[in-house]
Amino acid sequence: MAVQLHDESFDPARLLAEFETSLPVGSFGATASFVGTMRNHNEGDSVTAMTLEHYPGMTEKQLEEVIQDARQQWNIIDALIVHRVGDILPGQPIVLTAVCSAHRAAAFDACRFLMEALKSRATFWKKETLANGESRWVEKNTPG
Amino acid sequence: MAIKVRFFASLREQQPDGLSQIEAEGVLTVAQVWERATSTPLMPENVLCSVNLEHREPGEPVSDGDEVAFFPPVTGG
Repeated sequence: MAVQLHDESFDPARLLAEFETSLPVGSFGATASFVGTMRNHNEGDSVTAMTLEHYPGMTEKQLEEVIQDARQQWNIIDALIVHRVGDILPGQPIVLTAVCSAHRAAAFDACRFLMEALKSRATFWKKETLANGESRWVEKNTPG
Repeated sequence: MAIKVRFFASLREQQPDGLSQIEAEGVLTVAQVWERATSTPLMPENVLCSVNLEHREPGEPVSDGDEVAFFPPVTGG
């Protein structure tokens, strides 16, 4: 089980490969992953940058609880959550979730659960910088 | 008793004079910590709160040495 917060841009493919190779060879038959990437637009406005604030200590604890909840609901081998904090630019990855399991159903379902749970529970807050120079806090997540 | 108070995201900007610590005697609820630490008497309904890194309701009590945090709805992912 792993939770990682990065204050600089990360490479999802490299972290996913490291996650898989950290597990015993042959122990899983399915890997599902999701990458969330920063858009250059939101709610009809051009967005040039974003800052992601979090609550150090609480955020990591919540993400570990999300993984524990997934373990209780699905038979998974291991799970990974990686999330950016700090200043982000369009095109950069914000979040990576990944699940390894024996079969695909648990991997798919648990990976979706990790994303939805962290979006609704984990203490992150986004502040966007718009093309006109103004900034605003994002008040709600997109439905899906 | 001493209570550590933290504000995050838009609430930190809206409460520039918010106290980082309050002293109190007797039992206080989370909502009463808000009232003492900010210039806004009533805690807005959409404000979320935690005590010692665990989500709590406004009516729940706090204890000496607790860290109480106030923040808006989360928007990660």
